[in-house]
Amino acid sequence: MSKLRSVCTTTLSLILAAASSASAQSTVKVGVLHSLTGTMAISEITVANAAQLAIDEINAKGGVLGKKIVVVKEDGASDWPTFATKAEKLLTQDKVATVFGGWTSASRKSMLPVFEKNGGLLFYPVQFEGNECSPNIIYTGAQPNQQALPALEWALSKGYKKIFLLGSDYVYPRTANLILKKHITDMKATLSGEEYVALGGTEFSSVINKIKAAKPDVIINTLNGDSNVSFFKQYQAAGYKASTLPVISFSIAEQEAQAIGTQLLNGQYATWNYFQSLPNPANKKFVAAYQKKHGAGAAITDPMAHAYMDVYLWKAAVEKARSFEPMAVRKAIVGISMDSPLGKITVAPNGSLTQAVYTGISGAGGQFKVVAQSKGVVKPEPYDKLAFPGKTCP
Amino acid sequence: MDFTFISGQLFTGLSVASILLLAALGLALSFGLMRVINMAHGEFLMVGGYLTYLAAQWAGPTLGDAWLWVAFPLAFLGAGLLGAVMEFAVIRRLYGRPLDTLLATFGISLILQQAARQLFGSTGVPVTAPAWLGGALTLGDVTLPFVRLFVIALALIVLAGMWWLLNRSPFGMHVRAVNQNREMAAALGVNTRSLDMLVFSLGAGIAGVAGVGLALIAPVNPTVGAAYIVNAFLVVVVGGVGSVLGAAVAAVLLGFVTALAEGFTSSSLAQAILLVLVVAFLQWKPRGLIPTKSRALEEA
Repeated sequence: MSKLRSVCTTTLSLILAAASSASAQSTVKVGVLHSLTGTMAISEITVANAAQLAIDEINAKGGVLGKKIVVVKEDGASDWPTFATKAEKLLTQDKVATVFGGWTSASRKSMLPVFEKNGGLLFYPVQFEGNECSPNIIYTGAQPNQQALPALEWALSKGYKKIFLLGSDYVYPRTANLILKKHITDMKATLSGEEYVALGGTEFSSVINKIKAAKPDVIINTLNGDSNVSFFKQYQAAGYKASTLPVISFSIAEQEAQAIGTQLLNGQYATWNYFQSLPNPANKKFVAAYQKKHGAGAAITDPMAHAYMDVYLWKAAVEKARSFEPMAVRKAIVGISMDSPLGKITVAPNGSLTQAVYTGISGAGGQFKVVAQSKGVVKPEPYDKLAFPGKTCP
Repeated sequence: MDFTFISGQLFTGLSVASILLLAALGLALSFGLMRVINMAHGEFLMVGGYLTYLAAQWAGPTLGDAWLWVAFPLAFLGAGLLGAVMEFAVIRRLYGRPLDTLLATFGISLILQQAARQLFGSTGVPVTAPAWLGGALTLGDVTLPFVRLFVIALALIVLAGMWWLLNRSPFGMHVRAVNQNREMAAALGVNTRSLDMLVFSLGAGIAGVAGVGLALIAPVNPTVGAAYIVNAFLVVVVGGVGSVLGAAVAAVLLGFVTALAEGFTSSSLAQAILLVLVVAFLQWKPRGLIPTKSRALEEA
């Protein structure tokens, strides 16, 4: 009896071992780490969905280097220390080949040491303030010179010389505006005022009163989240509209436009590397595939398009390196270029993207129509030469 | 600092005061008169905001801009009903235990926020003010947006209604009697149980009406209530717990201090300045501007 049992268990364990080694050969694990709960969930769930869509597409076509991608999904819960803990878990316990994730600068800054310590690789899909560079992070969202500065240049070219800077009070608006101020002085334009409102703030009468006193030609808006709703409601009530005092926003995309109310946002501008309305074939395919899965009305934003493309960039780098080893992938990814929903993009040596910049005007259904675009693609500059002289990426 | 800017800031002070007052008036009833620390008060504002959105969705297509007049009774009754249910199910069991009401209502506020997220999504819903509120009154160089004037008028009407109800109606007499001496009032035939429920749901209903006003100038999302709850408590505590008049005076005072601080410094610094001043003020007058005399307070 006991002999029979030991034979059975041996056979069973052999079968299991064979099965698990077979599956280990035919799959590769990647992490998707976004806030699926908490205050950032509104923005990050759809970004995680976009990354998942790319992974599903790649798996349907046979995977990467013959291996199917298995996703380990983790919730950063809008809590920055949690992002570090989950990143550590993904790298050391799940041993993922790479991680796609993060949104706020705070979440990225808390994950950075974890990736550097463990030699991991993170694809970060959101525009940010620059002033940071790590060999373990591929920053695909816009650097300041790929969103803030082109917006400023466009405003000046339209004859808007007096600029008011309005932002939420945290690291991204403060740093972006520091850079903008240097360039406003450099380009002989006028800074007519600068105001910060606490994240989530809803009262803008004083700010609007100051704007009225300052009489700017244009507002550059780095408010985040629902503060935008209050601001645009109160701006309109004070008698302003896009034709009298235009606002250029960096954190309002198609999804936010729906929540603010398209009536309130009509005629206002946003600057991004991507709009849902871009007419290129890769984008049409992406929009159709996403809406097939998540509903015909689903809005698609710049960070989502970046997250979707990040997966394809990783696949191309893995195939070029013929390895899943993070640092080999990091080396191989430089110079890779592709026709993505954002248009033609190339990975620069500093791990950021060379990509085009678009300024769009908000119209019906919360969609943006492109009114201006960069001449060709723009090289990423993580450190602004005026604001952070002498600092460069290794 | 020219004249236009200063008069603009004076109007801002008035307009901030009206919002503080709207957020705090309902709380002045439940916290001031009944000693219930209701952390879910902000969620009554949120419910009012969502009911405003629903009124615009349902009545907008048929009534046009008149949907706003549907929103007021809907928000008042909806939030009031929710308040009655809450009082009956939870608060009733916790009278005289302020710390327990704090915990229980905090839990309820989280449940209500999550419920809103499930029903309406976490993105928030758009509410656009009717077109006739779109313009502005221009006095010289100073523009007074109609929607702001409307919210100020709303705060004054609600304040006047509450004052009349508490000081001139038989219901108000009973409320004041219970507030001063619950046992004696009960002995004289006041049904304190149903009075408690009425007062609490009235406070909730007033918060619902405030939610309509807020929806015109602020976002309607699951966490909007949380944005106003701290300031509402500030107003009630500075005004003197239990005093509706005190709440009104405190709201005006805090509104002008905020506008002044924002005018001379920045918005984010102004909130810190306000809190420092409130802390200093409470050292000087721990019972607020207009303290009420009541048994409950003297015993405390």
